[in-house]
Amino acid sequence: MPPESEEAALTPTWQFLNPVPRGPLPTAPEEAPQPEVELTIDGQETSVPAGTTLLHAAQRVGIETPTLCYLESLTPVNVCRVCVVELEGSRTLVPACSRKVEPGMQVQTDSPRVRLSRRMVLEFLASSVDVSTAPELQAYMEEYEAEPERYGPPGPATAADERDNAVPGHHAAPAGDAAHTVEQPVKIDNELYIRDYSKCILCYKCVEACGEDAQNTFAIAVAGRGFDARISTEYAVPLPDSACVYCGNCIGVCPTGALMFRSEYDMRATGTWDETAHSETDTICSYCGVGCSLTLHVQDNEIVKVMSPLESDVTKGNLCIKGRFGWQFMQQPKKQAEETQDDAQSLD
Amino acid sequence: MFGLGGGTSSYREIEETDVILLWGSNARDTHPIFFHHVLKGVYNGARLFVIDPRRTSSAQWADVWLGVDVGADIALANAMAREIITAGLADDDFIAHATSNFAAYRESVEPYTLAYAEEVTGVPAAIIRETAHAYAKAERAQICWTLGITEHHNAVDNVLAIISLALLTGHVGRYGSGLNPLRGQNNVQGSGDMGALPDRLPGFQHVENTPLRENFERAWGASIPAKKGWNLTEMFEAMERGDLTALYVLGENPAQSEADQHRAIRLLKGLDILVVQDMLMNATAELADVVLPAAASWCESDGTVTNSERRVQRVRKAMDPPSGVRDDLTILCDVARSLGGDLGAPVAEDLWNELRSLSPFHAGMSYERIERLGGLQWPCYDDSHPGEMYLHGRLWERPVIGPRAPFSPVEYDPPVERLDDQYPLRLTTGRRLDSFNTGVQTASYTSPLRRGETIDLAPEDGQDLGVAEGETVRVCSRRGSVRAPVRFDSSLRPGLAFMTPHFPNEVATNELTIDATDPKSGTAEFKATAIRVEKIEAAIAQD
Repeated sequence: MPPESEEAALTPTWQFLNPVPRGPLPTAPEEAPQPEVELTIDGQETSVPAGTTLLHAAQRVGIETPTLCYLESLTPVNVCRVCVVELEGSRTLVPACSRKVEPGMQVQTDSPRVRLSRRMVLEFLASSVDVSTAPELQAYMEEYEAEPERYGPPGPATAADERDNAVPGHHAAPAGDAAHTVEQPVKIDNELYIRDYSKCILCYKCVEACGEDAQNTFAIAVAGRGFDARISTEYAVPLPDSACVYCGNCIGVCPTGALMFRSEYDMRATGTWDETAHSETDTICSYCGVGCSLTLHVQDNEIVKVMSPLESDVTKGNLCIKGRFGWQFMQQPKKQAEETQDDAQSLD
Repeated sequence: MFGLGGGTSSYREIEETDVILLWGSNARDTHPIFFHHVLKGVYNGARLFVIDPRRTSSAQWADVWLGVDVGADIALANAMAREIITAGLADDDFIAHATSNFAAYRESVEPYTLAYAEEVTGVPAAIIRETAHAYAKAERAQICWTLGITEHHNAVDNVLAIISLALLTGHVGRYGSGLNPLRGQNNVQGSGDMGALPDRLPGFQHVENTPLRENFERAWGASIPAKKGWNLTEMFEAMERGDLTALYVLGENPAQSEADQHRAIRLLKGLDILVVQDMLMNATAELADVVLPAAASWCESDGTVTNSERRVQRVRKAMDPPSGVRDDLTILCDVARSLGGDLGAPVAEDLWNELRSLSPFHAGMSYERIERLGGLQWPCYDDSHPGEMYLHGRLWERPVIGPRAPFSPVEYDPPVERLDDQYPLRLTTGRRLDSFNTGVQTASYTSPLRRGETIDLAPEDGQDLGVAEGETVRVCSRRGSVRAPVRFDSSLRPGLAFMTPHFPNEVATNELTIDATDPKSGTAEFKATAIRVEKIEAAIAQD
């Protein structure tokens, strides 16, 4: 125990009146370095730390690989198959986003077999799904010369909730004259966002973001099998009856516009959504003290959409309902001011 | 704490710790993205203990929920301390070289046996023991708290009781171990750091420290009062005495956020002049003689804010304010000019650079570095300093650098308002996921989760009172009464009721709350009011 004299010196006055002296620089415990693994990608020999995925190993030698269901903040689920590469000695193509490097691997990322596989994946998606608001997917289609129309004209749309109530095994054999589609009415059951499953490619990202990878609310999951598979709330109830807490983190990761802010959806419907007129500004949320980074999308001096940067250490791209949707109070005074002016003009 | 006004750890450390005590905080609803880090920690194997009178959405993620009675936190902390000492789990080495006043502390916790604590807190002795052992034995452990600890008449004592647990076990000043108050507003940390405290100049430098104060006087070419000022509670007391007659309110809504709202409004109305500078016409602004409409600091002007992990981040102008509305800085410079002082026309970065020249903690934080590095955590002493991930590593140096960290003996002192036959229910207040404080900002968006204000009761109490869910009842405290519909909430135990401050225009919850305040910090006891609930027809009959 310290001597009494020292105790006496430690009065609160000393404690708080004087600045605390500088201590040693805090550091995190160092992680053990991973051994290097040597492999060959498209003829280039390279060496990367063990545990690296083929996707990142290829990136390191300057090769970009298309991905749809992959996102750095989410656990790979290997469902879209658009990132597949050819691995010598492997019967099947392997998904680059999750396959880890092994010593001596010989990898082809752009072989005819890889290109054909990617092309067919993209064609299957685009023949059955509306990809009109999926710019990334459209760019891949161009790159891989995908021709979804060769599967025939789009088949008929399904009625509202028809796919939600599909029964396994109850399917007639297709006639083969049209491409089966997932087209269906948009689900609009709340004020904050819409679900347009005609545009859903079943990448699982929303399920992951709602589940263990971020939000841990588990309001949605994949229901059904085969072509009946769809993203669904429990018993396909409307969102307000589900476990949803409206964080919007599913919209944040959706690559096709199937999940969309109500503000964006309504503006698109009236033809006023204009991305060329958007500014994007990073700032910090105005609510609690966590300090979440926001990217404000502003059109005509109004916030139209709020995202968060994936690379933010605070948010990893995620927000809560207040940060994502609680900005209406910024528009109201402006709207009121405009209305007052309009009223004044109409009185003239 | 220990002379620094901030939480000790970083969010990433929560993900890599072994034990998390979430004390008086429903972070799942009130700090949702911080809770993402907690959940990462839980998936990485951390044990989560949630200490809260309500079985909240946070508690539902816990390994162990400690349903402590409102205001019994010190009894719980002291009993944990006694158990840690008795079981030989204290970090004697750390106590000996880095702390002071341990003997008095040990003596003070001696009466807090597990059996006594069980009686006072309502938490079973075995659970208190398990929590104490888990916390003390962990390699790394974090305690995080919010208003459940600080909105009491003995707020500072509550915090001191928690801090002592960390000193006892050496859970501070190391990677993964620390003490973290979660801040309720986006810049409550930053405004304190910038000197918006009655005793501090920017950089958490004490105004009564003459050499430090003189640094500012030289830079500003002005003299600064040498004694600390009043906190918000003391200001209201000064209004009562007539010593404070002019008030300039920036970005606050005390007419609705203060406890005992009748008194707050009466005192605000009694001022000679009330000036309100705010981005929205709130209830306080309605009372003002002069309203200065201000731009929103988070999206209509530039600057910085500081979060709960001491990270200074940039806020940026994304849009123009409505016509006639100007940013805070421009307004303040104009006010200064009209008072005869010329502050020029600085932009936010100019002021920031002045701060860097006066606050050693912020010296290394240029706008360029803040932007490039995604924010910087203070202290950041120079342009090559990376900022500090956690505080008080100095306590682990031998010999310890700077002052030792003192143990502070504190005694359990129950809420000011006791329950009796007239007011038999304990009302505690808190926040919901989709709303914020007095609702000034959140009322404008349509939340599918919002149900409006209710008086939440344990279903058992509802049954005893003969009220049905949705039935409007009268809620009475010793200061006032409000009407609110009943909601049954099974996260409440019998005897405990819950309301929020979110809808003051429909249900003025703060007409009920008591303004008994903590003399050391000025926080009011929002968490503990004695109430009774009356059926409306009974109330009418009584009237």
